[in-house]
Amino acid sequence: MAGVTRRRARRQRAFRWTIVTLLGIFFLLPLVAMLEFTTRGPNGTYTLETWKLLVDWGQLGETYPDLATGVVNSFGLVLLTVALTLLLLVPTVVWVRLRLPRLRRLVEFLCLLPLTIPAIVLVVGLAPVYAWVTYFLGGSALTLTFAYTILVLPYAYRSIDAGLSAIDVRTLAEASRSLGASWATVIWRVVLPNIRSAVLSAAFLTVALVLGEFTIASLLNRSNLQVAINLLGKSSATMSVAVSLTALVLAFVLLMLLSLVGGGRRRTSPKETR
Amino acid sequence: MTVVTPHPDPVAPAPGVRPAPAARRRISLPGRDLLGVVPFFAFIVLFLAIPTLVVVIGAFTGDGGGFTLDNLSAIGTSYIMEAFGRSILLSAVTAAIGAVLGGLLAYALVTAKPDGVLRRVVTSASGVLAQFGGVTLAFAFVATIGLSGFVTVFLRDHLGINIYAHGVWLFELPGLLLVYTYFQVPLMVIVFLPALDGIRPQWREAAESLGGSTWQYWRMVAMPLLAPPFLGSTLLLFANAFSAYATAAALVSQGSPIIPLQIRGALTSEVILGQQNLGKAMALGMIVVVALVMWLYAVLQRRSSRWLG
Repeated sequence: MAGVTRRRARRQRAFRWTIVTLLGIFFLLPLVAMLEFTTRGPNGTYTLETWKLLVDWGQLGETYPDLATGVVNSFGLVLLTVALTLLLLVPTVVWVRLRLPRLRRLVEFLCLLPLTIPAIVLVVGLAPVYAWVTYFLGGSALTLTFAYTILVLPYAYRSIDAGLSAIDVRTLAEASRSLGASWATVIWRVVLPNIRSAVLSAAFLTVALVLGEFTIASLLNRSNLQVAINLLGKSSATMSVAVSLTALVLAFVLLMLLSLVGGGRRRTSPKETR
Repeated sequence: MTVVTPHPDPVAPAPGVRPAPAARRRISLPGRDLLGVVPFFAFIVLFLAIPTLVVVIGAFTGDGGGFTLDNLSAIGTSYIMEAFGRSILLSAVTAAIGAVLGGLLAYALVTAKPDGVLRRVVTSASGVLAQFGGVTLAFAFVATIGLSGFVTVFLRDHLGINIYAHGVWLFELPGLLLVYTYFQVPLMVIVFLPALDGIRPQWREAAESLGGSTWQYWRMVAMPLLAPPFLGSTLLLFANAFSAYATAAALVSQGSPIIPLQIRGALTSEVILGQQNLGKAMALGMIVVVALVMWLYAVLQRRSSRWLG
């Protein structure tokens, strides 16, 4: 029996490294190519010009004002979308669990609905809605927050719902209510600290999604990071590839952090349904 | 902003005094409790329900207003049907390739240490590559196998192979197939890994102690258990590719081979076309396809959660 197990472990190791190596090459090649592309100098030499410019924020803003605008907009959108998503979702989901259990399936259904509506389709319907948003709030790119909150809803909902399932919200809430806490206090000081890692994972997913979003911003003629990268691709290919690579690496670092923050607990993946 | 702070419960009695839970639960849906979910529902109506209705109603509205089926029948015109066909082909092929390669990679990860570096790095990288596609991915492939891309140049200068001897295919359907595969494989890893984790080693030991061979274990235990989540994940990959827009938009600048790009065409040039609502009809078609796929996915998911939850 032990021999069989050992032989199998050896076979599995060989299989594992073959697969990981082969796919690793396929997946790393474009990234290496991006790095090579951004360091190309004249006549087959290599230069770090692009990267020097990328690090120098002031200079970069002057050379590529569109890119600077896009980056600023995207970071603003990240903050606003995380805030709006959490403000909208956490109290609602907690409230539904405590006081309106009959609405739970409806809320879940609504939150998961955006999965069946591709972003390109949502844009078609959002165009007239955004005409009103522009009328009331102006045409700032930051108004995209509303659309992005819809996009992250399924992922954020799953994450928060999973977090709430792991604790006994009802007992916690009743205990604090009977000690005289208001509902705001219950959510802010009792429930929220208990689902911290779920909220954090929802926030991280939101960050990744907002930084990577292109469809809605592009078709509603707003500028964000991806729209700026795309625009840049037409004038300065090297810089656009450099920014793309930076964004990818940044997102990777972010997710690595998330997997560490999760304390070994597996990340609630956005597209996974339980 | 329709921002809400969770407001204090209006029906709650003075602090410290609690009504008996039984008394509270007798009323099935207390009207005032509903106030707590108003902001959420208002937001959903404004930014999800209304847009969806705009699409659905627009699909059935003629250019001069009024109900019509013309938009839907216009979908039957050759170029739109071809775009739908290509979209479905692209999604199906990349979903199949992604499912097989991603499935193999996921299995390779499961045989590794659960908290090891390999697994952690690959799942994080998968998370990034699956979601962070779009424009970035298009540029990555231009840098790799574009006309002056890394691989293109290497193959041409060192091995004398011209990958574009029969035309530049990167910016057409074959290019999309390759680039879409790049984000489908990582997505498969993410969605299929939990199912593989659900397979207990004890089941294999049980099969072995009963005298079963490896092949028998796979054929009679593991495969029947893994088939529904595998198919479900494949469906998810299909929906993912079918909905994808950014990569294709950044890669393909001429022509609209697939349906999301057709919708872009209808959106950006609707004045010229004079067919304002054709785009909405195509959008409705996309909703129908994706909704069907996601429904099947939900069915399969329920089946597999019985054992592999």
